[in-house]
Amino acid sequence: MPERIELSVNGRALSVPWGTTVAAAVALAGETRFRRSVHGDARGPLCGMGICFECRVTINGEPHARSCLILCADGMEVRTDE
Amino acid sequence: MNSARLSFDLVVVGAGPGGLAAASVAAERGGSVALLDNSPWLGGQIWRGEQARSAVPLARQWIERFLASGARAVMQASVFASPDRGVLLAETPAARLTVRFKKLILATGARELFLPFPGWTLPGVVGPGGLQAMVKAGWPVAGRRVVVAGSGPLLVAVADGLRRYGARIPLIAEQAPQLRLARFAAGLWRYPDKLAQAVAMKARLLGIPYRAGVWLRRAEGGERVERVVLTDGRRSWTVECDLLACGWNLVPNTELPRLLGCALASGFVRVDEFQRSSVEGVFCVGELTGIAGADAALVQGQIAGLAAVGETEAAREWFAERSRWHRFGAALTRAFALRPELRQLAKRETVVCRCEDVSREAVERCRDAREAKLHTRCGMGPCQGRICGAATQFLFGWESDSIRPPVFPVRMESLLTASEHPKPVSNLSDPTS
Amino acid sequence: MSAAPDIVIVGAGIVGAACARECARAGLRVLVLDRGPVGGGTTAAGMGHIVVMDDSPAQFALTAFSRRLWQELAPELPAAVEYDPCGTLWVAADEPEMAEVHRKAAFYRERGVRVEVLEGDDVAAAEPALRPGMAGGLRVVDDAVVYPPAAAQHLLESQENARRIEVRPGVTVAALNEDGGVTLADGTRVSAGVAVNAAGPWSPLLAPGLPVRKRKGHLVITDRHPGFVHHQIVELGYLKSAHAVTADSVAFNIQPRKTGQMLIGSSRQFGAEGTEINAEILDRMLRRAFEYLPGLGRLSAIRAWAGHRAATPDKLPLIGPSLASDRIWLATGHEGLGITTSLATGRLLADQVLGRAPAIPVEPYLPARLGKGDTPHA
Repeated sequence: MPERIELSVNGRALSVPWGTTVAAAVALAGETRFRRSVHGDARGPLCGMGICFECRVTINGEPHARSCLILCADGMEVRTDE
Repeated sequence: MNSARLSFDLVVVGAGPGGLAAASVAAERGGSVALLDNSPWLGGQIWRGEQARSAVPLARQWIERFLASGARAVMQASVFASPDRGVLLAETPAARLTVRFKKLILATGARELFLPFPGWTLPGVVGPGGLQAMVKAGWPVAGRRVVVAGSGPLLVAVADGLRRYGARIPLIAEQAPQLRLARFAAGLWRYPDKLAQAVAMKARLLGIPYRAGVWLRRAEGGERVERVVLTDGRRSWTVECDLLACGWNLVPNTELPRLLGCALASGFVRVDEFQRSSVEGVFCVGELTGIAGADAALVQGQIAGLAAVGETEAAREWFAERSRWHRFGAALTRAFALRPELRQLAKRETVVCRCEDVSREAVERCRDAREAKLHTRCGMGPCQGRICGAATQFLFGWESDSIRPPVFPVRMESLLTASEHPKPVSNLSDPTS
Repeated sequence: MSAAPDIVIVGAGIVGAACARECARAGLRVLVLDRGPVGGGTTAAGMGHIVVMDDSPAQFALTAFSRRLWQELAPELPAAVEYDPCGTLWVAADEPEMAEVHRKAAFYRERGVRVEVLEGDDVAAAEPALRPGMAGGLRVVDDAVVYPPAAAQHLLESQENARRIEVRPGVTVAALNEDGGVTLADGTRVSAGVAVNAAGPWSPLLAPGLPVRKRKGHLVITDRHPGFVHHQIVELGYLKSAHAVTADSVAFNIQPRKTGQMLIGSSRQFGAEGTEINAEILDRMLRRAFEYLPGLGRLSAIRAWAGHRAATPDKLPLIGPSLASDRIWLATGHEGLGITTSLATGRLLADQVLGRAPAIPVEPYLPARLGKGDTPHA
């Protein structure tokens, strides 16, 4: 497996070690707001283990992905705040 | 969509200590064994990240034992339904799995209890166990100020871990009163491993402020948490922070056992001496059967794994040690019982259901969880009430609503269960619903 | 409520709620009893599609009148009711179905119902998620969608005469009495001028021999995927395979919720008592939906559930006095159209109870039409 993974978060290129979750990559990219709630409030991960669905982001165009359970992969395009 | 069919003598769900132990001892005695887990890693939440580079000898020992046991690991598989006796459906990122079993051991563990308080929805407010898990997977905390608050032995362990990753811990705030904790600590001599842990931690923790009898009133900030207001019941004060790790003990993940029909008692799955649930062929271990920690789960997992392959005499040898950990669990529960003031943290306008942004005020007008679901959308979101359901149980004493598949959100196509060659479908003369 | 109510309604579903509202508007004091919460039975298991239907003249009359009442009510509905005049799109897969579109269009137009016939390209433009190559479709412009439990709640508590309505959820009724009152499960007798059985699929429990049968249906709802479809879309394809009709059946039916969620139906089963999910029926229902919407399979499903409709032999509801007693009335048997026809039911029931001239002819809906015994079902 490669040592580093190259991906993008909100269009910004990012290099992370293998084994990094998408949630961690979003945080490393400096984003605190992962999504907007139904009423438009900023939200980020709460449970960190796939239960709460607050860490949802769009990965490669697919919405509602739980970023805390998904490992970064080369070429991944991650979007937050959707 | 890809779909695959798998069949095993024994299937274990949950790759934490209980599941690892159960799968290992069963596989070592022959027979086909599979271990399913929804994360990419062995070890569950408590030993997350230990598979790659282990700092916990016990974790390394069990993960290595599992890998040598001949059991098969099926990772990133969320079990969401059981359409027939002896069949589970699971979803992975790439496929839908149909998993057949003769015996089943559930070790789905626990999640943290999150109680609503003003500001708890701000980004940066995270569960302690959750933050620990995310930090192991690359979440940056070096140089960040992390207030650790809530209740339970996990707070100290997490603070210790975070500090090793470079975090600064301005305070650990434990809601349980000092006197109760002192009594608990005095009894720890009966549990050498726990005692050793506690002592080792205490040594490393020198310099981390720890306050018992202190709890959160609110978190404040703009687009993320910037400070917290704490109280000891007499006075309140503010602590600046970058992250707030807070959780109030653990809630068992009983959704899957309930779906299978396992009987519960006081919120936990009822099991007999061999960890057998009320459903034939289905065993439950670990936090599902009572919060008692990883050591208890390891023992229960071995008992269930042995019993599942018919080695009941070998299983019996673990009974005495299990009793010891059950007493530990009971002492733990007593020591960290939640104070009633925590029911008043949420104000009228505080969000209770985070998925649907439902306030306490709206939820409180309802008589039970089902009415709240129907008329306020509380629990209607993708977490399926896992967060708000535990909160409303603590706040109002509500039992959770009935359980139906899928017990986790899944792709629509994963709900297809029939053969890959569908039967002809007949239609209706009045297709409106 | 201090004095005895004029009318006691058993069932706080949308039909009972609509009856309560109309009676209260006419000045009656109303007591509504339900063993569960408001809108927690069939009302919680329906899609909330407000649709004009043309299976029979009587069905058309009731649905068209009731849809008009919904349109009149719309301005006062709170946001929680999620009223959305998204229209219905009946999709035609091929030319025979397209012929049915033209027949249906003519039927509706003659009766003043706004419709638009869409050719294949128009359907693709209107609903890009549909599989390519649809022959066309019929858009019924003024059909709408509501969230039924909130609608029932609104009917009970949010109108000018709400103080005349008392709702007691969590109360089980054991019997309707011939003197117009009811006996509760705990033995308490509640007296009233008239008792109304609005217990939907459970109405035969209080009226033995009533020709109402439970017909089970499944629903699945997705997470928020706003804009995936824009209309309530229903297949016309049943015509072609009518010969293949079996006891259990499914049809493609999808509804966009105001939340951005997609609600997917539908299935029909007789002789299925429980509300557990039947994996095989769900499978068939979803396969049908995926045939029409190939991208639907990738959406995230967050919940599936099942409930029961109250089916009658002639597919029309029972609205009026029972044969058992002139003080026991019926408002039940709405099958899959209870949300649509609830408001008309309430109006017609109140018209009859009060001796007013009915808004539309009531004869097709009178319980007397079916006789007393258990008429066999089709």
